[in-house]
Amino acid sequence: MSADSYAVRDSMTMLRRNLKHARRYPSMTISVIAMPLLMLLLFVYVFGGALGGGIDIPGATGGGDRGDYTNYVTPGILLMAVTSAAISTAVSVCSDMTEGIINRFRTMAISRSSVLVGHVVGNVIRTLISLSLVIVVALAVGFRPDAGAVEWLAALGILVALAFALAWISAAMGLGSQSVETASNAPMPLTFLPFLGSAVVTPDTMPDGLRWFAEYQPFTPINETLRGLLLGTEIGNDAWISLAWLLGLSAVGYFWAKASFARTVKR
Amino acid sequence: MTATTVETAPPQGITAQGLRKAYGEKVVLDGIDLDVAPGTIFALLGPNGAGKTTTVQILSTLITADEGRALVAGRSLEHDADAVRSAIGVTGQFAAVDDLLTAEENMLLIADLLHLDRAEGRRRAAELLARFDLADVAKKSASAFSGGMRRKLDLAMTLVGDPDVIFLDEPTTGLDPRSRRTMWELIRDLVAGGTTIFLTTQYLEEADQLADRIAVLDGGRIVAEGTADELKRLIPGGHIRVCFNDIGQLEAAVDRLALSTVVRDDETLSLQVPSDGSIAALRSVLDVLEGAGIHAETLTVHTPDLDDVFLTLTGRDHTAHAPDAYSAAALNPALNPPLKPAENAARPPAKEARR
Repeated sequence: MSADSYAVRDSMTMLRRNLKHARRYPSMTISVIAMPLLMLLLFVYVFGGALGGGIDIPGATGGGDRGDYTNYVTPGILLMAVTSAAISTAVSVCSDMTEGIINRFRTMAISRSSVLVGHVVGNVIRTLISLSLVIVVALAVGFRPDAGAVEWLAALGILVALAFALAWISAAMGLGSQSVETASNAPMPLTFLPFLGSAVVTPDTMPDGLRWFAEYQPFTPINETLRGLLLGTEIGNDAWISLAWLLGLSAVGYFWAKASFARTVKR
Repeated sequence: MTATTVETAPPQGITAQGLRKAYGEKVVLDGIDLDVAPGTIFALLGPNGAGKTTTVQILSTLITADEGRALVAGRSLEHDADAVRSAIGVTGQFAAVDDLLTAEENMLLIADLLHLDRAEGRRRAAELLARFDLADVAKKSASAFSGGMRRKLDLAMTLVGDPDVIFLDEPTTGLDPRSRRTMWELIRDLVAGGTTIFLTTQYLEEADQLADRIAVLDGGRIVAEGTADELKRLIPGGHIRVCFNDIGQLEAAVDRLALSTVVRDDETLSLQVPSDGSIAALRSVLDVLEGAGIHAETLTVHTPDLDDVFLTLTGRDHTAHAPDAYSAAALNPALNPPLKPAENAARPPAKEARR
């Protein structure tokens, strides 16, 4: 029997450890959950009135209002919930690495990747909690999706896949950081990417260079696919492009994190 | 690995040949050989930066050696790292406990990772916590523990898996004298139960107290190896130090003792007479002094200890005062002066130094 035959069991043990940490020291979890909620309220109530009439919202006839904008922005806020939660993986992985316990794990006959799997799956669970809250609050402030059960499931699948991919990338960033402070900053650019796409405004209102970036970065097709699933707008090729991005990001994150973990031995 | 071969194999310690490790240009281990008999305590003694931790990291599968081979508990580091891992336990100088969990949760975490069933895990955790006097604080978070308690918890976690070979990397560094003695007791109990212990320390007293065999590591090489007594024999013997009130008495004593090897120190008005530390040697010196009517102020008998061995072998300056300063420092790590390898230190070749 090799250590890998225990991969699932060891990963579950590490996941329980991760969830115990999160429960005992909830401040990180609370802040990553609060962030997208604040964004939602900010965009709906502060910018919503102006932006609703200012951008060409697909599906809205003529000048849109705050309600139209709430529908437009909610899929983007869901993406922000995912990126915001991903940061916590970098922090928790990095702070783990500064503890002697990781070296203990390394000298035990356990599945090598279980430590990281515990962090990543723990993050996906926290992301799901955050997403549920965002959806509940969004519905309360006027989000009116026309999705059926299948569309909801598909949307949720995409969000979970994104959470998974970003958690691996964030874990790799955490492994590469010398301190917890660095680790909390490293994944910051990820949280900006939805803004530089179609999350809060349509890219066609942006200047050329930025618009080009917005159209080709991974968050835009994912955002458009979500919007299509939840609100029935045109999806087109975005579904396939999204899947390709999600697979690619997951693979990059996984192998990057795995290689970093093998390299980092505290001396 | 298969469970049957593990159980039927005779207990085995550690053997290593030609372990070498370099980080870039910096050679940390320059080819070391080790042979640790099962059921014994082996101490690797050396100053900071000598390569002690690197040796432990290699033998405990944390890092790989650039060259050399080693068998730990009879299993090959190179070919079967996971088999080695299932036979060893490691307690490092930085306590490897999870601060966010309670003592009990830490123990159960390790039990889970060892794939013990739940009831067995709970039983072992409770038993070890009780044995280490941690039962009362089992439900407290490890972050609230003192240094000594953390180290005990750390060792208790290492023991959940009942390892054949335990690596203790500076297990008492930073502990107060009382906690240090407690650790020593726990370590002695372990080896009495048949466990092989590989200990690193910079405290000579610790090696002297615990180890069956000691290797002195300096600058990545083993400069001497043997029992504490063998090592002490490697260096010039002990002496009787006699202090006088005035230079006249000192000179009279030098004349009377009339030995070429007497070392006189006019500044401190003292004499060092070589001695084996026996009562007879002491009496003969006293007889000579008394016969000549020389008045000596104080007299101290100095037997060689591992400090002398260490300081001689690792090329540190050795003065008559150093051992006193060292034993005080050994009891209080805060006083411990940083030990740095001297440049161009004259070292006896390892082969000669070894028995």
